[in-house]
Amino acid sequence: MKYLSEYRDPEMVDEFLQEIHRVTTKPWTLMEVCGGQTHSLVKNGILDMLPPRITMVHGPGCPVCVTSVRVIDEAVFLAKQPNIIFTSFGDMLRVPGSDKNLLEAKAEGADVRMLYSPLEALEIAKENPDKEVVFFAVGFETTAPANALSVIQASRLGIRNYSILASHVLVPPAMEAILSDPENKIDGFLAAGHVCTIMGMEEYYPIAEKFKTPIVITGFEPVDLLQGILMTVRQLEDGKARVENQYSRYVRRAGNPMAIQTIQEVFAVSDKTWRGIGSIPQSGYEVNEAYKWYNARLKFKLDLPAAPENPACISGAIMKGIKKPKDCPNFGTACTPEHPLGAPMVSSEGACAAYYHYSSPVEWAQP
Amino acid sequence: MGSTLIHPGPVRNKKHIMTHTVKMNLNCPMPKFDYDKITLGHGSGGLLTHRLLKSGVFDLFKNSMMDQQHDGASFEIQGRQAFSTDSYVVSPIFFPGGNIGDLAVNGTVNDLAMCGASAKYLSLSFIIEEGLTMESFWEILVSIKKAADKAGVMVVTGDTKVVEKGKGDQLFINTSGIGPIHPRAQIHHHRIEAGDSIVVSGNIATHGITIMSLRKGLGFETDVRSDTTNLNHTVIHLIDKFGEDIKFVRDPTRGGLASVLNEIAELTQLCYQLDQKSIPIDPQVEGACEMLGLDPLYVANEGVFVAVIKKEITGEFLDLLKRDERGRQAALIGEVNTSYPGKVILKSRIGGSRVVNYLTGEQLPRIC
Repeated sequence: MKYLSEYRDPEMVDEFLQEIHRVTTKPWTLMEVCGGQTHSLVKNGILDMLPPRITMVHGPGCPVCVTSVRVIDEAVFLAKQPNIIFTSFGDMLRVPGSDKNLLEAKAEGADVRMLYSPLEALEIAKENPDKEVVFFAVGFETTAPANALSVIQASRLGIRNYSILASHVLVPPAMEAILSDPENKIDGFLAAGHVCTIMGMEEYYPIAEKFKTPIVITGFEPVDLLQGILMTVRQLEDGKARVENQYSRYVRRAGNPMAIQTIQEVFAVSDKTWRGIGSIPQSGYEVNEAYKWYNARLKFKLDLPAAPENPACISGAIMKGIKKPKDCPNFGTACTPEHPLGAPMVSSEGACAAYYHYSSPVEWAQP
Repeated sequence: MGSTLIHPGPVRNKKHIMTHTVKMNLNCPMPKFDYDKITLGHGSGGLLTHRLLKSGVFDLFKNSMMDQQHDGASFEIQGRQAFSTDSYVVSPIFFPGGNIGDLAVNGTVNDLAMCGASAKYLSLSFIIEEGLTMESFWEILVSIKKAADKAGVMVVTGDTKVVEKGKGDQLFINTSGIGPIHPRAQIHHHRIEAGDSIVVSGNIATHGITIMSLRKGLGFETDVRSDTTNLNHTVIHLIDKFGEDIKFVRDPTRGGLASVLNEIAELTQLCYQLDQKSIPIDPQVEGACEMLGLDPLYVANEGVFVAVIKKEITGEFLDLLKRDERGRQAALIGEVNTSYPGKVILKSRIGGSRVVNYLTGEQLPRIC
């Protein structure tokens, strides 16, 4: 905890807050890109401590939230096959598909197992040579290296009964899509620290320049977030639009070259449909030609139809920062974590779930 | 009994279990059983069941009521009693700091203690999956006996069923307990008022993280041990001293501290305001929660209780509790007020406030 507690220091928090209050002279809307940042802002009660003129909106950086209904349907379809052991991170199990989620498939007898690492899935494949083991490879650039590594390992070890259902998404194309939206209100970004730990900072310079929007790469602890907000507000007040790095204890300009190389070995950049946002060109990863044996979509010849999203869920507007969870008429009534209408209410990274679980007492008291 | 034979104990791969197995069996050597493993026949009620019970179990739990070997225990009771039952399905069945046996005794003893009662008699019922080794079963029986002795409760009736391989998870235990309620105990949520203090008796989330650290695939190294223990003597001692000024006690097992407080917030329509920095937690447990993306407020506890007490006794209550080995880490963690009726509010370390809601479903680990 030593390396975390110093970033939760109440005195430092107070200093940054005072400075933010001092430098803010105009109303600004900032988006924190990553669901982990949203979670930390809400869980620590930071939103109520900021000056009223600063509005934080919550970005699309929740891999669970942006995974399309069709991909969930593919996962459920695979899980229901008698010869398949379907493995996944815990978050994905409750995300609704068109008909059911993975937990419901499990209750009906599907062999669905919750894992913490794709390498565990590889172990399961080794232990069950007569079964096919599929790992649900979901996430942003952060989880891609480990997922790619599992494929490389499987190939090296000659494990043929392993494959991944890839649903990887990329942050910079999503930021561009958000900034290009005619309803966009965002003045500045807190970019996702973990993603930049892998990918570095280079991808963000063209975006900051093109859209004249400051981007500050920011961590996840209270002190990180407040410092990131301060750096963004200072740029906005000074009329600047630069890429800055608050998370310099982890993020290097070139990122982590070995991780990037691992990603490039296995994945190719592809078009992707984002739940609530729609198709974004060149915004995801799919298993490349060289490793196609490990692509569950090809291996099991998946050809499911595109599935409509629940029209009652406004997740697209929420993830683009146009609306807040509390703007949704179904928030906390027709849509709860037990009976979600959309993914942002399920995932612990999801903005709706963060508001539902941890919202400020002031907001709860409002009718 | 009283033999000097030392049984080597079950051969299991965990170092911590080996050492305390040997120690346990010093006093209670394993009797000779006909079989190495429990078979379906041991639950049939026939000869094998009889031999299993005769060859050691009855001796281990020897008392006037067990000795009657009747279908049930008969005894007289007078005055207000508390009665509680619980089933134990923990996996794995052995863990650092205990096993399913002492958990099954302590759990029911503690449920009664939370009603202000001292457990007196306990029933003990096993559902065993065939294949459980006799050594494991014996070790668990010995733990049950030791936990019962420590809590001062008598096992007076029991049952053994065996299910086919694959139909259980090694061993499930059910215990029910009954015992007299302390004459000065007036524990009920409707007695809670604004101004009362909220106290916990020890570090939170320890048991849940211990169990999680053993789950397949997680396997992170910690020295954390489950804190399963009986709380009846501690609670009764506090009631002796403070009587009706103790308004509510509860052991926040499944669902953790947050769930218990949400339940009483809803029932009392008062606001339970917690101060995050006062909530005691072992740094290793806190680190593990951080790593797994779990909120310790929702992680299961054993051997810990939360109490709502009259504000005026807070200092004395904590002094007395801290003198008990089970209450060394006890702390005042918050107060009851009227600011947000029906809500649990946490003041974060950095001074922000948030609602602590009910946990929905199971806590699932985060992706990133």
